[in-house]
Amino acid sequence: MSLLKPALGSADISAYRDQHFKAVVQTKTDSYITGSRTEQERLLLESSTLYVGNLSFYTTEEQIHELFSRCGDIKRIVMGLDKIRKTPCGFCFVEYYTRTDAEMAIRYVNGTRLDDRIVRTDWDVGFKEGRQYGRGKSGGQVRDEYRSDYDEGRGGYGKIVANKIRPRESL
Amino acid sequence: MQRLPLCAEACEEELASTSSLESNLEGLASVLEADLPNYKTKIIRILCECVVKLPEKQAVYTTLVGLLNSKNYNFGGEVRFLADLVNCRVIVAGSLLALFDNFVEVTLEDNIPQVRSDWYVYAVLASLPWVGRELYEKKELEFQKLLVTIDNYISKRQKIHVPALQVWLSDQPHPQEEYLDCLWAQIKNVRSNKWLEKQVSRPYMAFDSVLCEALQHTLPQIIPPSHNEEIMYPLPTVIFRMFDYTDVPEELAIPGSHAIERYLIEEHLSHIINTFHLERKDCAAALLSFTTKNKIPLDYMITEVMFGHLFRLPTSPYLEIMIGSTLIELCKLQPKSMPQLAQATEMLYERLDTMKTPCIERFANWFAYHLSNFQFRWSWEDWSECTQVNPLMPKPKFVSEVLHKCLRLSYHQRIKDSVPESFQDLVPVKPQANYKYEEEGSAQLPGLMTAHQLLEAIRSKCTPEETLVLLKEVPNPLADDTDEPSHHPLRIDVFVSTLLHLGSKSFSHSFAAIAKFHYVLKTLAESEEGQICLLKTMYEVWSTHPQMMVVLTDKLLKTQIVDCSAVANWLFSADMAADFTKNYVWEIMHSTIHKMSKHVEKLQKEAEEARDLLDAHKKKIADGLDYDDDDDVPTEEMVERMEERLELVQNQQKRLFLIIFQRFIIILTDHLARCESESMDYQTPWYKWVIERLQEVFLAHHGLVFRYINTLESLLFTSDIDIHILEEIIEYHRQGSNSVMIQKDITKMMSCLSCDFSIINLTFFILIYAKRNKTKHIIK
Repeated sequence: MSLLKPALGSADISAYRDQHFKAVVQTKTDSYITGSRTEQERLLLESSTLYVGNLSFYTTEEQIHELFSRCGDIKRIVMGLDKIRKTPCGFCFVEYYTRTDAEMAIRYVNGTRLDDRIVRTDWDVGFKEGRQYGRGKSGGQVRDEYRSDYDEGRGGYGKIVANKIRPRESL
Repeated sequence: MQRLPLCAEACEEELASTSSLESNLEGLASVLEADLPNYKTKIIRILCECVVKLPEKQAVYTTLVGLLNSKNYNFGGEVRFLADLVNCRVIVAGSLLALFDNFVEVTLEDNIPQVRSDWYVYAVLASLPWVGRELYEKKELEFQKLLVTIDNYISKRQKIHVPALQVWLSDQPHPQEEYLDCLWAQIKNVRSNKWLEKQVSRPYMAFDSVLCEALQHTLPQIIPPSHNEEIMYPLPTVIFRMFDYTDVPEELAIPGSHAIERYLIEEHLSHIINTFHLERKDCAAALLSFTTKNKIPLDYMITEVMFGHLFRLPTSPYLEIMIGSTLIELCKLQPKSMPQLAQATEMLYERLDTMKTPCIERFANWFAYHLSNFQFRWSWEDWSECTQVNPLMPKPKFVSEVLHKCLRLSYHQRIKDSVPESFQDLVPVKPQANYKYEEEGSAQLPGLMTAHQLLEAIRSKCTPEETLVLLKEVPNPLADDTDEPSHHPLRIDVFVSTLLHLGSKSFSHSFAAIAKFHYVLKTLAESEEGQICLLKTMYEVWSTHPQMMVVLTDKLLKTQIVDCSAVANWLFSADMAADFTKNYVWEIMHSTIHKMSKHVEKLQKEAEEARDLLDAHKKKIADGLDYDDDDDVPTEEMVERMEERLELVQNQQKRLFLIIFQRFIIILTDHLARCESESMDYQTPWYKWVIERLQEVFLAHHGLVFRYINTLESLLFTSDIDIHILEEIIEYHRQGSNSVMIQKDITKMMSCLSCDFSIINLTFFILIYAKRNKTKHIIK
């Protein structure tokens, strides 16, 4: 607790950085694509969009709206989809009209439960077409490729483990 | 320079350190003394900040200042204004009393709002637990005089606002006292106890021998700034009580409601919440490490203060989810205290019959949220009595609203399975779109053909224009009655139900459908009647899915397909009568009013800024300073257009309130007339919900209602009302508003609705009028 500088605390941007980050920077004379950390951080600090993770595949946009609208007026929700099956794969983006409302969601929703799962929220640079799809090899999120636990809400075992199990079962 | 952060940290560390407070203070005082010559300003600034941000620790800082003062007279002279400094021999008791006298003198001013004098009296009363004993010992006579003045003031205060702010309509089992009344009773109690209390920490006692030798300061004369219209004072509150000693285990007594310790603990807890409300985990931890936690039933007191904030009227000081998520953290840190929270929930449930409607709504929203974090487990059987009574009674209604909110956070089967069989009637039906053109028996429906053609066309990605061509085929049922129908109900019905049906998969699908066919919807719903018809069609499709209606209405308003006034008229229409007392209707109503206000505020800000820019620019030119063409400066015409636009939306806002109040009067009049003709008591559960919703609208939007009060009065009670009735109404309002001069906006309204009977009177006036003229209602 510091009395002297009002810190953002839990609503500060986290240490996580999206490795796929790309942005178009417009200058007076030029526009170019960058993946720079500074640009990414600038966007994160201005954004009113959140990445929401660790959702069940069964959690709907309606449920997410119900929970997150308790923190402010929601502009839109983009559900994360399996790249191949086009079904929900356990994450979404929630965009608010204001940064303050998004901050409130990080403060009060992050770490609480939805559909009996602990919801994780983090700042996002803002939704771009294409980012709604899982980046894992099998179409879902990368974390669901490598998981070794059995998670009923996220399609059972991780994809790699599941593939190892299946041939044995068929014997 | 290295020492600088040190003293800041030292100030903080002494709070956390385990060694004795006194030895820490002594150490800190010597460190600071060495720094004083160089960093005096900085040290004073830090101390001020500490005192402002951690008032509950003020005794620590006053002791520190006292110690420094005893070592270095110059230092203390610059820190003012703390009653506790009298205790530490920094300030002369008499000069503090003079300050208090100046404050209390505010009560004698003429033509000031009551909140002003309230606030100065509160400032004095709130310091007395600390310094009362000292003043009593040193300045008994003068102190006595001060208290007499306060007593006079308290007894003559207006308290017409109190019923509107109380969470419960009844004072059973606990009185819901006004904050200043309650504090005064507590102060009188500690006075009769010779100003001795058991809560405040007084570390300076240990240094008495040092401190009493110090040179004391006299406070300079401080006169409160005089009142002007711009100054806002805190609004009055009512003290929320839900526990007394009978609710708490015997070994830890909860201080009585008029014990000063109750006030001191509640104040301290509220302050912790205020400091940490942005960090729920820190907040929970700080609450649970309360200084005297072993001597008081802390869990109960935290619960009471938290619910007090949640239920505060007219609005909670924090987001409701802040209270909810902090309660969850408290449960995690202290699994033992779950029973207390469950006990509190039980008590609140038992007292639902007299709880105000907005508070019942917040209670239901919190409870559903809380359950969603604890696997929806609850001992519902204990409440099974509520399934046996009129479902409009508060208890069954609360349960069904809770289950509805649970459903919104979960899914139908889960909620259905989580309650016992006897509760099934209270479980909301499974939400799904109802598309009548594909149901059995739809063959006879006019417009069926077009509906099916539309389905096909939209599925195969037709353009908006093509749908309009298809809709041309549909005849207008209104055409028989009039040559120029205001709207085309069948076209609207066919198109809107088909579109919503096709987008029914999710919010996003519906939004996409609305966005693509925005032009068609806008064309169909050009008139207000058309917009109301569109909303009714939406209800027909989605009546089982309130959340969908909430977000769709929101979207229709934001995309300007429907106006706020149409939404209000729709909610009050006969089609919505079955749902009228459901929370979601009011969720839509308040969000509609809110959206309108936001819009007005935005345009107002823009217009004012543009006007300022233009004026500044004109002045520059007049002064011959600036001849450059500046792009950012708006032209006179632009500013005028903005101001015209602002006036237009302000009129819309006024009209919105007018509609809402007119419709309230109509439905209440109808109700009263029906009850009279059937010789029934009009005090039905329905009546309670509706009258309290009316109060809520008054109270929650009091600033706006007040702004438009004259227009509302003159339009609601128009000249064709019998002149005597009009006079009576005006007189009633005069009495209600002039007798009190509390804050410029809130209380005028509050006084009008301080008890039910003002609006009942109004409705009776209308009723008499309606009967006498045997005509339709005054609306037309």
